[in-house]
Amino acid sequence: MRESQKFEKSFDVQGGSFQNAGNVSGQIKSILKEMGVSTDIVRRVAIICYESEINIVSYAKKGTITLVVTDEAVKIETKDEGPGIPDIELAMKEGYSTATAAVREMGFGAGMGLANMKKYSDHLIITSEVGIGTCVTMIVMDFSKILHPDLPPLTL
Amino acid sequence: MQLDELVRALNLKVSCAEGSLKRQVRGGYVGDLLSDVMANSKEGDIWITRQVHQNIVAVASLKDLAGIILIQGSEPALDTAAKANAEGIPILVTDLPAFEIVGQIYKLINP
Repeated sequence: MRESQKFEKSFDVQGGSFQNAGNVSGQIKSILKEMGVSTDIVRRVAIICYESEINIVSYAKKGTITLVVTDEAVKIETKDEGPGIPDIELAMKEGYSTATAAVREMGFGAGMGLANMKKYSDHLIITSEVGIGTCVTMIVMDFSKILHPDLPPLTL
Repeated sequence: MQLDELVRALNLKVSCAEGSLKRQVRGGYVGDLLSDVMANSKEGDIWITRQVHQNIVAVASLKDLAGIILIQGSEPALDTAAKANAEGIPILVTDLPAFEIVGQIYKLINP
């Protein structure tokens, strides 16, 4: 992946800042669109980015979301300083949530976030340490570029 | 169908982004869970919801939705309205409950 890496940028996300939630996802979506990344990939990355952003805003003190773009894939990496996830398997179950009532009232915390992040990425890896924070790496592959490598590369 | 035609046909109140009504409405999605709307709505959908807080603007913008219809006469929160106007995301208001407005929209866009 590293050899064909074309672009990398990190964005800060402030915990509890619901008024800014979605801003980083919007910026990432714009960058990918400008790069000419295919609509389907942009759509999937927007979903996983937004869910990542909402998770940091809902649970963590602060975090970062890093976007990496290569010819064949988009990688989204999130790192937060938060409570951590004691049981990742349980947290991945659709419908399981530890969100507060205030967060649920806004239409979040339905236990769909991590499930959506898994559903719309091709690879998802979570590591978490209770009391320290959580890291999530998600990769969205552009299979058209792998199956048809003669397609012109993304222009930056 | 264009959004301004929908506004006229259903007598919707235009609460935000009056200048952005020349969008095509290709379909619709109903929901108050933002993750559900984020995952399942499609570009060009009109979104019917009772959520009025500012995060609805981010979802509509990220998903390239045609606009948002708030039901039961709900008005957008002040910060929601400011954000929607700034980003050109139309917010429309109906006095009807979701079931009734959705039925009418469905008939209009699937004649």
